[in-house]
Amino acid sequence: MFAFCTDPETLSGLSWLSCYLTTGKHLSIYVSVGTVLLLLAITAPAALLFGFGGAVAARSPLPPLAWAGRGYIAIVRGVPDIAFFLFFVIALDQFLEWLRHEWKCPDWEGSVWQGSDFVVCAEAKLPLSTAAGWVHDVYGFAVAVLTFAIVFGAFAANVLYGAMRAVPRAQLETAEAYGMTRRQIFRRILVPQMWVYALPGLSNLWMVLVKATPLLFLLGVEDIVYWARELGGAKTPRFTDYPHPDWRVWYFGALLVFYLAFTRLSEVVLARLTRRLARGQATLGGAAQGGSA
Amino acid sequence: MKTILLGTAIVVAGAGAALAQDVVRLGTEGAYPPYNFIDDAGEVAGFERVLGDELCARAELTCTWVTNDWDSIIPNLVSGNYDAIMAGMSITPERDEVIDFTQNYTQPDPSAYLVMAGNEEIDLEAAVIAAQTGTIQANFVAQSGATLVEFASPDETVAAVRNGEADAVLADKSFLMPVAEEGGDLVMLDREELIGGGIGMGLRESDAELRAAFDAAIQSMKDDGSLNALLEEWQIGATF
Repeated sequence: MFAFCTDPETLSGLSWLSCYLTTGKHLSIYVSVGTVLLLLAITAPAALLFGFGGAVAARSPLPPLAWAGRGYIAIVRGVPDIAFFLFFVIALDQFLEWLRHEWKCPDWEGSVWQGSDFVVCAEAKLPLSTAAGWVHDVYGFAVAVLTFAIVFGAFAANVLYGAMRAVPRAQLETAEAYGMTRRQIFRRILVPQMWVYALPGLSNLWMVLVKATPLLFLLGVEDIVYWARELGGAKTPRFTDYPHPDWRVWYFGALLVFYLAFTRLSEVVLARLTRRLARGQATLGGAAQGGSA
Repeated sequence: MKTILLGTAIVVAGAGAALAQDVVRLGTEGAYPPYNFIDDAGEVAGFERVLGDELCARAELTCTWVTNDWDSIIPNLVSGNYDAIMAGMSITPERDEVIDFTQNYTQPDPSAYLVMAGNEEIDLEAAVIAAQTGTIQANFVAQSGATLVEFASPDETVAAVRNGEADAVLADKSFLMPVAEEGGDLVMLDREELIGGGIGMGLRESDAELRAAFDAAIQSMKDDGSLNALLEEWQIGATF
């Protein structure tokens, strides 16, 4: 990185450290911090969307829709995350490849299952094996976002389902008395009021999501915990210009600080959001703010 | 007769084309020096990196490297995320049931024990021995009667001896050698275990063509002595 880094053996102290911390390998861990933050930024709204859909479906008066919503919540919440991540992702990937295989290679003879091997034609690979490395990375990341969204969406659906039922019946009856339709009541009364009931549950989910990101490595995305373990492990002089003993404790210490700082920041933001959402609500928190309720 | 010949020619041409157009993805662990590791620049490096690139050049294939956790390295090969494994994987009958191997590109490397200095007189049959999950060494310790503690990565098995969690670590000698040579607190025992049938490249059982291509490339490197030169350069076991 720096000009004086060409011969690390002659360096010591701070200049050694500044070279050490800017090796290509260390740049990877800095990039992976960005990856994790990006994952959170995309997954949180996506999971909320899945959750909202699930909750609305579960409350639906149409039985098939209600069954689908409740089934989604029950099944995904009931399966251990790791099992879901290992099974679902491979199954989803194979399903997509199988669809493309049927579409692009209709002349293919034989099954896609050959013994224990899953084989599709080269044109149906996802992504194509000729694709650049970054395409594989983006695909892996997209699959990770989808999987996280489905898993956390199920929990969010349960939270939102409960929150919708917690909105005081009197509020909805008043809306009915004003002659609003079901749709109008849902949009104008139920949804705006449910957030304050949903927020404690959703904030728990957010915290769990923040800490669940190391599961990324199960999906082939190299996350910060993977790099901390890889960089912290003892390095012998034969294989690196920067040999060092087992430094995992420092790397994991840095991770600890990162996660604590991040969750603390989240708590501050969530507390603010709670105050904002409680304003004017028919709850203790809302009444304490001197609202008109 | 003519149609048979023509048909054969088309099949052969087709096979060649199918191989040539593809990029072959090579899966490795990236945590097992000198076989494979991540260098300072963040790239896959090591004996298998050099060997793999040379094999691909000889087989006229374009290859890219992918790192994958050791635990799921075989399932991900079978489901098609990459096309071959080069990860210091010994050829064993159990693995051979699920995937196929090329001929071995290293001689069977003896496995060795590393213990803390001053602890050389330890009774290995009654000791706590660390090994990486899913390796031939873990299998060996489990059957030997000693207490086995398993770790997900090779690095952690060595760390376990340093912090006293295990009395000894059993792993490939060429992996432990640089660690012992570093001086310091760990020493290698004289006792060695001869397990495993040498290291080969792992491929899907349905991928016979690719296997044949790599097999021929390995044979050509054995014949012209370039494989032996690589083995000596990286200090990996005996030569052929």
